[in-house]
This record gives sequence, C-alpha cells and structure tokens, in this order.
Amino acid sequence: MPPEFTPFSSALGGALIGLSASALLLIQGRVAGISGIIGGLFTPRAGDIGWRVAFVVGLVVAGIAAALFTPELVAVEVDRAPWMVGVAGVLVGLGTRIGNGCTSGHGVCGLSRMSPRSLVSVITFMAVGALVASLVGALTGASA
Amino acid sequence: MKNVLLALLAGLVFGVGLVVSGMTQPAKVVGFLDLGSGWDPSLAFVMGGAIAVHFLAYRLVPKLERPIWGSAWALPTRRDVDLRLVLGAVLFGAGWGLGGYCPGPALTSVVAGASSTLIFTSAMLAAMWAHSLWTTAAEAR
Repeated sequence: MPPEFTPFSSALGGALIGLSASALLLIQGRVAGISGIIGGLFTPRAGDIGWRVAFVVGLVVAGIAAALFTPELVAVEVDRAPWMVGVAGVLVGLGTRIGNGCTSGHGVCGLSRMSPRSLVSVITFMAVGALVASLVGALTGASA
Repeated sequence: MKNVLLALLAGLVFGVGLVVSGMTQPAKVVGFLDLGSGWDPSLAFVMGGAIAVHFLAYRLVPKLERPIWGSAWALPTRRDVDLRLVLGAVLFGAGWGLGGYCPGPALTSVVAGASSTLIFTSAMLAAMWAHSLWTTAAEAR
C-alpha cells in the first residue's frame, strides 16, 4: 500500500526546515547539515561542541514530543529485514561522512547556495537511492 | 550560551519540520525513491519548501558583513567535484534507498519507539565514529 501524497504538510514541513537552516545561517553563519553536525561530535574541537549537542537534543526532543502526540508519524517500523536496516545505517553513516553531506547539507543548504559539488551529490544520491529502492521494492514487494 | 540556546531551538524547529513533512516515515521516502509502485512525490515538496525559504536567506548573506551573532561565516567554499564526493553520495544513496532514513529523520525518531529506527541510527552513528577514527589515524601518519 503506497503512502498518501501529502503536498501541503510536506511543503509546510519543508519550509520549517528551511527556516531552521536560515536561522543558523544568518545568526551564526553555520550550515545546517545534519551529518556534518553529528560528525563534528566525533572529532571534537574546543568551543565547537555545545551548539552541536544542543541542535541534536532539539531534534530528539521534537521526536519525543511527536511520539507522545502523533506516534503514527515517528514510531514506525521499516518494512525491511533487520539486517537490511543495519546495513542501510552503515551505508548512510559512511557515505555522508565520505561525501561531506546528506539531504540537508548538500540538498537543502548546498542547492540553496547553488554549489556545484552539492548538485553533483544530490543527483548522485537521488539516482542511486531510486535504483536501490526500486530494486528492493521489485524483489521483496515491500514499500518500507 | 545564547548560541547554544539558538541551536537547541533550531534543532527543535528542524525536527518538527521533519515530522510535519512526513520524512520521519521511511515509507514516504521509499515511496518517492521507488519508481515501481504508486509513486509518492511528497519528498519533492519537502525539498521545494525548504529550498524556497533557504534560497532567500542566502541572498541576504552578501548584504551582511558577518553573521548576526558571529564573527565570521563558516560556510563551505570548495567547488571541485572529486571521487570522494561521488563515492560518498553513492554509498549514502544506497543506504537511503534501502532503509528510507537519512541522518536527520533517523536521529529525530531514534527514541520514538520503533526498534528498526534504533538499529538504523546505532549503525549510522557507529559508522560515523569509525570514519572519524580512520581519518584521524590517516592524518596522524
């Protein structure tokens, strides 16, 4: 059963993501790239830790609040075998660090900045993501 | 201190945006990426909404001498496309299509209660940690 198309809530949620990224950019001069924000916590530098931890705490608190009020939006199991979910996590962790960014850093921030590196990254991860999701979908009949 | 509070608020708004947009549901991400059955274009609207706002914010950057609370811009300046960039995007795309999570939604939902989110996010953080150990060791050589 494919999920419903939600143009309005998706665009509204997207605008909130853009607003958050814009606040970090204009007020602190920083890029709201999630993989970069987490990655910086594994190679900590003095004076560059507090804001990263605070941002991640903000994300997790939003998730906890959503779990209390709208669990169907956040507490959902992936329709994949657990080993596939683990492999997917490793690929996302390694790939975003090797390629310096994910959907937020290269996608939202990089495309807004009109960065050629980010454009190449987004086209690549979208194409590979579509290929893998379509293959897995065809082979297992699952919709994740 | 005010920078830490701002980052907390920004993380909160970012997380609410991810939930409202539907991106904390892997089925919606895979529904966009899987071109095979009942395509769901919602993800394009998330990107469109975010970029529409953030693109305007970037237009203000050249007009400001420095960030409102900061001393200097900490923005990427590289423009070259190299193998690492493409290889990283290939690995990330494969994991994204396989699991339906990218880093933001995975962290947002990590303690929401689904065991697969916990597996995905733990594996992702372990891989990021391993990568930092590897690069630190490589730099020391």
